[in-house]
Amino acid sequence: MKTIFEEHQPGRGTEYLPSREVDLRAFLPEAEIRSELPLPELSEVQAVRHFTGLSRRNYGVDTGFYPLGSCTMKYNPKINEDTARLPGFAQIHPYQGEATAQGALQLMWELQRDLAEITGMDAVSLQPAAGAHGELTGILIVRAYHELRGDKARTQVIVPDSAHGTNPATAAMAGFEVVHVPSDERGGVDVEALRALTSEKTAALMLTNPNTLGVFDERIAEIAEIIHGQGGLVYYDGANLNAVLGHSRPGDMGFDIVHLNLHKTFSTPHGGGGPGAGPVGVKRHLAEFLPVPVVTQQDGRYHLSYDAPHSIGQMRSFYGNFGVLVRAYTYIRALGPEGLREVADDAVLNANYVLSLIRDHFVLPFDRIPKHEFVVAPPDDLVRGKGVKTLDIAKRLLDFDFHPPTVYFPLIVHEAMMVEPTETETKETLASFAGTLNGIVDEARENPEYVKTAPHQTVVGRLDEARAVKQPKLLERLGG
Amino acid sequence: MRFSPHTADDRRAMLRQIGVDSVEDLFSDLPASVRLERPLNLPQGLSESEVAALLGELAAKDLDMQQYVSFLGGGSYDRYIPSVVGEMLRRSEFYTAYTPYQPEISQGTLQAIFEFQSLIAALTGLDIAQASLYDGATAVAEAAMLAWGQTGRKRIVVARSVDPQYRSVLRTYAHGHGLEVVEVPLRDGRAAADDVATAAADAACVIVQHPNFFGLLEDVDSLVGAAHGAGALYIAVADPISLAVLRTPGAYGADVAVGEGQALGIAPSFGGPYLGFMAVRQEYLRRLPGRIVGETADHEGRRGYVLTFQTREQHIRREKATSNICTNQGLMALAATIYTTLLGPHGLRQAAALSIEGAHLLGDGAQGISGMDMAFTGPYAFEVALRTGAKVGDVQAAMLGAGMLGPLDLERFYPELPGHMLLSVTEKRTAGEIKRLLAVLQGVEA
Amino acid sequence: MKTPSELRYTEDHEWLRPDGRSARIGITDFAQDQLGDVVFVELPEVGREVKKGEAFGVVESVKSVSDVFAPISGKVLAVNHDLVDKPELVNQDPYGQGWIVEIEFGDEAEVQSLLDAQAYGALQEGGH
Repeated sequence: MKTIFEEHQPGRGTEYLPSREVDLRAFLPEAEIRSELPLPELSEVQAVRHFTGLSRRNYGVDTGFYPLGSCTMKYNPKINEDTARLPGFAQIHPYQGEATAQGALQLMWELQRDLAEITGMDAVSLQPAAGAHGELTGILIVRAYHELRGDKARTQVIVPDSAHGTNPATAAMAGFEVVHVPSDERGGVDVEALRALTSEKTAALMLTNPNTLGVFDERIAEIAEIIHGQGGLVYYDGANLNAVLGHSRPGDMGFDIVHLNLHKTFSTPHGGGGPGAGPVGVKRHLAEFLPVPVVTQQDGRYHLSYDAPHSIGQMRSFYGNFGVLVRAYTYIRALGPEGLREVADDAVLNANYVLSLIRDHFVLPFDRIPKHEFVVAPPDDLVRGKGVKTLDIAKRLLDFDFHPPTVYFPLIVHEAMMVEPTETETKETLASFAGTLNGIVDEARENPEYVKTAPHQTVVGRLDEARAVKQPKLLERLGG
Repeated sequence: MRFSPHTADDRRAMLRQIGVDSVEDLFSDLPASVRLERPLNLPQGLSESEVAALLGELAAKDLDMQQYVSFLGGGSYDRYIPSVVGEMLRRSEFYTAYTPYQPEISQGTLQAIFEFQSLIAALTGLDIAQASLYDGATAVAEAAMLAWGQTGRKRIVVARSVDPQYRSVLRTYAHGHGLEVVEVPLRDGRAAADDVATAAADAACVIVQHPNFFGLLEDVDSLVGAAHGAGALYIAVADPISLAVLRTPGAYGADVAVGEGQALGIAPSFGGPYLGFMAVRQEYLRRLPGRIVGETADHEGRRGYVLTFQTREQHIRREKATSNICTNQGLMALAATIYTTLLGPHGLRQAAALSIEGAHLLGDGAQGISGMDMAFTGPYAFEVALRTGAKVGDVQAAMLGAGMLGPLDLERFYPELPGHMLLSVTEKRTAGEIKRLLAVLQGVEA
Repeated sequence: MKTPSELRYTEDHEWLRPDGRSARIGITDFAQDQLGDVVFVELPEVGREVKKGEAFGVVESVKSVSDVFAPISGKVLAVNHDLVDKPELVNQDPYGQGWIVEIEFGDEAEVQSLLDAQAYGALQEGGH
């Protein structure tokens, strides 16, 4: 497809604004005024066809099954899109007075309260713009907590070797040294190794539960105790909360800080990579460190409170990705407590169902009851014998109109393939996906080359990523 | 409302296939001590019609910019958004997709980001742009981290005339890294080159917004000279609409340009989601945070786009990554791409020109009101900073009474500026509305 | 995988070719194969003093990054500028044109303590 720069014809364009002539030299020094502006000119119809064309070269949850592990690609309800666009939410200014935005503030206050209840925490900030941003918020809270106590020797953050890459990156961004704790043979944290690594230098442990292997760490209470016993804090990466909604809460597991991904658990769309929202919840003893402002309520009136002398400060402009918060609030109100618990029931049911259908065709590094997702690897005779790797199987899935699972993560499993079906898929879709996966394994034994050169049905084949780095072309300019 | 499709028969068949009796069996490994033995204490679930009504009631409690005429700005603007933008953004192939990890089925998102990077480079006059950041404030903070990584220096210099939200977020990030933030004081609402030269000794960067938070043009040439003279990087903060008419950061010598992209077709939405952007000179490519899209080809020579230079990022480099950011504001970058494509060079210039003309109509009129004056001297655009003899709160109340939103009380962020306020004019504000505002201001002063 | 017998090796899959008081250093055939297409090599400054075990360069493929560690202490005498435009030399000729740096070393004993081809071969067999 052509780019907008290739579509350009000088003189095209549509009148969206009054065409009154303005002489800028009346207002600004001439030397400050830009003489050229090399932007493309397209007619409205050209632009509409261009972006419609791009959308057709994309794959979303509305296109088909999207079992991307760790990303919770559930259905995004359309009512959420309507409510977020109500003028009373979309057309309000962040600086208009509190008195003129009581509906928005009430929504935020109730969402803070609801997320606290869902996670078992005492206070919540809605400000962080994404999961990784929530992590940074959480880790800065860890730092502020120890600093205020004069506990200056706590320089280390412990992270499991199965963790998301953001965990160590975040800890480093807050100035901490990262210490890796290995997994045990059951896929959980190696508790004895953890005990040995924990000391008066430990600022925090970052953990997700169920973890990235999809298994619930049964020794979580003991793990939290080890960290707390040495004066550290325990941090919950909420990426996998979908698995335990209404069944178990991080607060009850012993966690002190939680970040959530509203774009995973609470059905707000991923937008092709953002915007998300990453609220952070904390136990009472950490509430004073939350970013400002938080929404408070007094006598039925809602306020933005900046009165927090020990706050870590502000994490972004204004109050958070409000439009995303409206969608999550709509979702929580629609589902209610039973609906949310059923989300976890069916997310776990669906993962186990898919696993039961493919387990004979794949290798299970940890054979346990998974929660909302599971990790498998292709059989050794394919990988070593035929040179068919996980990536090849993922690419072949594209030919059958399935989005592939997450591949090569977690890092501790060789040739990992991480499948998260989510709760919104039908039994037929799940069975069809499982059958396709099994079929590809069979096909790879017969005709490995065909699988290794997949996909064959997409608008482009495998792209040369080495060339993209060695001969970078990162933009286009008008006139080439 | 539930979105799970299973019937009782489905569940039974699935459980049988798995080999367990009940869904509860699948949770049998949860220790009793961490189980929630009661329902979550939340309101009962609602049907779609009920939830629509509930949200409608909440939204109706807010005064919105369709009913009220907004003169608020300061980093969030009520600009005209062509109908096509909203229509295209609701193509669910875009908004229900994830980060484009599988390029073969994500060419739509990838090409759109490539086009976004190209547009931002054209607007800023710099060599390369990345795929977006959370917002303008975090873009400023990430730029400061880039400068620290590049220079190894731990002092960040920022002009006090930079948006207070941005400075506030910068302080949070800098504290996390153990960096020192030094503010350059206001001189008639601007940064002075002498002050910058002094502060920039041994600094990683100097951060200046132009036009600044008060809408004033900074003396960018001498400020760039002062920063570079001290060996510091110059980070320009710019509003994208202003870049349609003003000399670019690339042209005046900035090393990095960042800003808030909300003005490019994104609704104000009470402060988010917005769009941070960042463009840099070629030599800082490997220090860029976040995603970058590049063009390449498949084995048949068909052109395609991929996420590239990924080794900078957290999922590979983990604790050595340039930033922990992973998601960008993909959909917001798409909105900005569609908006900029539709308006084109003439439309974008016209948006800027009409706003500047309107701001001066307001500024000129306000100066004629006894008791009111421009807060600062010199050229300005988009924003009008005024000094009033009345209470700013009274001005706000009078405007609200007349069906208008504004102004921003500057004392809230600048204790040294009591009785100062900021009004903003976009291309949506008509001469008639501005005259009505002047009448209201006249009434408050009288 | 080639493992030339005249070279010395490290457990980090680097090789070293002593020549008088200096030595050329690169990554092994095994290492380049594991990395895949090398797209970028970050080189240290000439004249830099490095300590044994210090990371002083980076080799990147599309989706992985590997630090280059100094196998011995010494001073960087030269770097392979050809790798700036042709990082693929590391894949094509890891022991020849794909060399990365040249170090002047002070302590002969450090060189002697490195693995020989046989020991390094055994290490690879072990699956590291």
